[in-house]
Amino acid sequence: MALDNTKSTGFTHVGTTPDRPDGVDKVTGRARFGADITAPGMLHAAIVRSPHAHARIKRIDTSKAEALAGVKGVVTRADFATGLTGENWNILENVMAGDTALYDGHAVAAVAATSSLIARDAAKLVVVEYEPLPHVTDVDKAMAADAPVIREGAADTSVPKGLHPNVVRYHESGHGDVEAGFAEADLVVEDHFKTEATHQGYIEPHACLGTLGGDGKGELWCCTQGHWNVQKICAALLGLETANLRVTASEIGGGFGGKTAVFIEPVALALARKTNKPVKLVMPRADVFKATGPTASTSMDIKIGMKKDGTITAAQGTFRLQGGAFPGAPCEFTAMCAFAPYALKNVRQVGYDVMSNRPKQAAYRAPGSPMAAFAVESVIDELCNRLDLDPIETRLKNASKKGTKASFGPTFDRIGLVETLEAAKAHPHYCAPLKPGQGRGISCGFWFNHGGETAVSLALSEDGTAQLAVGTPDIGGSRASMALMAAEELGIPYENIRVTIADTATLGYNEVSHGSRVTYASGLATIQAARDAVKKLCGRAAAKWGIPEDAVKWENGCAVPSGPNAGDFDPLPIAEITKRMGATGGPIVGHFEATPEGAGVSFATHIVDAEVDPETGKTSVVRYTVVQDAGKAIHPTYVEGQFQGGAAQGIGWALNEEYIYGEDGRLQNALFLDYRIPVASDLPMIDTVIVEVPNPGHPYGVRGVGETSICPPLAAIANAVSAAAGVRLRQLPMSPPRILEALEQQRNG
Amino acid sequence: MQYHTPASFEDAAAIAAQADGVTRFLAGGTDVLVQLRADIVTPDTLIDIKGITGTRDIARNPDGSWQIGIAVSGAEMTEHPALGRDWPGVVEATDLIGSTQVQGRCTMVGNLCNGSPAADAVPAMVAAGITVTVTGPDGTRDVAVEDIPTGPGKTSLAKGELISAVHIPARGDHGGDAYLRFIPRTEMDIAVVGAAVNLRLEGDTITEARVSLGAVAPTVLLVQEAADAIIGTTLDDAALAALAQAARDACKPIDDKRGTIKFRTHVVGVLAQRAAKIAYERAQKAGK
Ligand SMILES: Cc1cc2nc3c(=O)[nH]c(=O)nc-3n(C[C@H](O)[C@H](O)[C@H](O)COP(=O)(O)OP(=O)(O)OC[C@H]3O[C@@H](n4cnc5c(N)ncnc54)[C@H](O)[C@@H]3O)c2cc1C
Repeated sequence: MALDNTKSTGFTHVGTTPDRPDGVDKVTGRARFGADITAPGMLHAAIVRSPHAHARIKRIDTSKAEALAGVKGVVTRADFATGLTGENWNILENVMAGDTALYDGHAVAAVAATSSLIARDAAKLVVVEYEPLPHVTDVDKAMAADAPVIREGAADTSVPKGLHPNVVRYHESGHGDVEAGFAEADLVVEDHFKTEATHQGYIEPHACLGTLGGDGKGELWCCTQGHWNVQKICAALLGLETANLRVTASEIGGGFGGKTAVFIEPVALALARKTNKPVKLVMPRADVFKATGPTASTSMDIKIGMKKDGTITAAQGTFRLQGGAFPGAPCEFTAMCAFAPYALKNVRQVGYDVMSNRPKQAAYRAPGSPMAAFAVESVIDELCNRLDLDPIETRLKNASKKGTKASFGPTFDRIGLVETLEAAKAHPHYCAPLKPGQGRGISCGFWFNHGGETAVSLALSEDGTAQLAVGTPDIGGSRASMALMAAEELGIPYENIRVTIADTATLGYNEVSHGSRVTYASGLATIQAARDAVKKLCGRAAAKWGIPEDAVKWENGCAVPSGPNAGDFDPLPIAEITKRMGATGGPIVGHFEATPEGAGVSFATHIVDAEVDPETGKTSVVRYTVVQDAGKAIHPTYVEGQFQGGAAQGIGWALNEEYIYGEDGRLQNALFLDYRIPVASDLPMIDTVIVEVPNPGHPYGVRGVGETSICPPLAAIANAVSAAAGVRLRQLPMSPPRILEALEQQRNG
Repeated sequence: MQYHTPASFEDAAAIAAQADGVTRFLAGGTDVLVQLRADIVTPDTLIDIKGITGTRDIARNPDGSWQIGIAVSGAEMTEHPALGRDWPGVVEATDLIGSTQVQGRCTMVGNLCNGSPAADAVPAMVAAGITVTVTGPDGTRDVAVEDIPTGPGKTSLAKGELISAVHIPARGDHGGDAYLRFIPRTEMDIAVVGAAVNLRLEGDTITEARVSLGAVAPTVLLVQEAADAIIGTTLDDAALAALAQAARDACKPIDDKRGTIKFRTHVVGVLAQRAAKIAYERAQKAGK
């Protein structure tokens, strides 16, 4: 469905690359991140965490901690709301354990004191008596008959009978007859894949400052991807009325999905209520690893049949996701994204959401999709190798396009997969010669993208400049894109628009910055709010000229008569109108509130060259090209930044990042020393190609770009490494010991 | 916590000898401060030794040997115009520690006394035949670097003892050294395996060699069998194979999150060979 008033060419501001409005603040240190917020008389908090993977909490003795000089209060589960159900109960149980500690690092109590050192010392004085219980951290083992049950009755009605109680959700979708499809194939490849949990690895640990009085009114400053969500959840967990808690989002030092969840904010508020003082809580890095959302780990089986000419006849996938000690692993997203790039007659996908004794998983860029692509695109690569087919031609042959019935149900509108494949094929990278020891990998990737509840307000100042208030924290340069879109509509300079992330008291509900929704949804709302303001500006001009409102149009920042019949008036610049707005009807504010539903899906194709040292198993990524459909790139260099960031995080996930659990069920690498995200020198220059196939659901054609970029890397790198090593790698990360092991197994037949 | 800034090694030794509880010397602090902040070691007494005269000096003696101050940072060693020409392996090994920021602070002696089996500078120091002067309440003694570590986090230094100087032998003719480590990334990582080789040639034949291995045993190893495997050879394929075998036989690694026994045992041979080739090439190029 096309929107009215769409625009795809003839832009003045959109498509240019000015500096981000928050850039100077960030490079000079003026920007205030979570831990930069302070209040007079504030206390510092520390959280007591379980050292056990699974243990009954028999007794918590806080008396020694409370007796320490400087300690002002201790909270446990008893200090939070009771009677919660559903996801609110899950979140509370994760934020502060009830009668059972469910994973290493699970919060069991918290202390507020006059300094952070005293709080840390006091936390060590809280005596917790545990009764250790059997634990399980691996997804396959958690589904096995003898696995300890994390929580009876956690499964919802989607789960078929006879499965282990740790299987809590089940998804099944597809169409056609896969068995008939496999029978038609010239070659069927079936394989098993595993991926480990990885952390979003944002540079800024979670931090917040909260106040909460006996009157139930509070304020919270925190580093989050969505403060209305924080407001709603904190209100529920503390038994407050939502409107009585005002939440302000700080600048954010990375989120990647991990800051869409709530971990410490309710704890700070509970301590603030108990002590009647502002309480600041900053997570140490080890706690970030242990107790905030990694992504799910997976175990997957893929079966694909292909004809000699490359036509896929059938595809089937089983996806088991471990998402920690709570329901929520995105098994349906994994299943739904798995085969989305391909137009398939016969396809079937099954997903299992499995609980284990690990931290509650949180969203991480396109949750679930990168793992699916890893498994599916590895099998397609294997089919191409064995049938001697070109990997891009084969993907083009099967590519989804407008009108394709998607593997997950709906029929695609205008999409850009074919265009990304064509651009990849034409890119010099694709035909560049490889050196000995190097291999090339290709993969496609898919993400849905999202719209979501959005409210925006645009207030004009008396000098004709504009204050744009949006409710979506800026996690990727979105203020620049918002300002560009507002400038485009208002016809005023980019610099004349100040974009603020408004607090929860200032705008209507805004869903979190997730689902690659911000440039799409807040962008759409910004355009509509600007058009609302323009309509009002035109109205003031019409009144001044004494002509009907619809006889005035807006051009280059001025009201002008819409045609010769409207009368002969000089253009009236915006500043002339706003200068007199008090006397001509009052402040001019444009606004827009909606839940836009036209977020266009997006596809990418990545090309990777990797080199493997056969003696040590070490991989170097030597060349990388991202080709992705952005719909319309509002600020092209920030779009490229999203493309490159997805590839960089994918390189870490593919090669070295992993949650390592010991036999005791404890996390062994809760530090950046042993949780190896790529360092700058690990990365090649990541080349980008922006494809623009406009999204019919956005006035300028925008599709979200933040997530699709992390969908192909795991597979593209695995295909490159497998080509370079001469052996198929089916488990992530492809760490050097694992590559040497695979090489040895191959040598030994 | 007590913080001291003694003006001499004798004073430092006296403070340490009398201190109760946990004592740490503060050189660059890149281990001490990290362990403090991470709640691993909270010293009762912290003795900052960077203020002692001469601790930041690099001096070449008339006989060609070197004396390095105990607070000389990695960056100062790397930027020294002549040290790296004599001992490229020692300088490169120290330069591998951490990042640019860490290089501004970290020291060889801190690396040694922290006692990590994976310490990067230590195998190169051992292969080079470096000795240190130890000052204690009862005077001073000279000790070979390989005799300092006794186990993970442990050294042979007695209560009240500290290292007061580092002595690198004269390079001499036709010598070369090299150190290589294996890490899964390209920097800012901890060695999974390390190997250092120092050798001397007469013509094309190796006449002297020392081979030292890191991260494959509770302490850095000096492996005589590995040296013997290449002494008297021209580092031909047979010698390289024997070197790798000797290195693999000598190592006693553990399975942990950073690598398996199997992986470490295999890679230590690979790195010993590669380091030997670099040292050999350097010795060939080195003049008299
Ligand atoms: C980000 C980062 C990256 C790192 N990367 C590496 C790496 O790649 N490779 C590596 O090997 N290490 C690495 N390290 C560890 C550390 O930087 C090195 O071990 C460094 O050489 C320590 O030197 P220092 O002078 O800072 O020691 P300090 O922290 O000052 O002291 C370390 C220990 O030595 C003792 N000590 C110091 N001087 C003396 C003395 N004169 N006599 C007796 N005892 C003494 C102290 O008591 C303490 O126990 C890294 C550290 C950080 C923070």
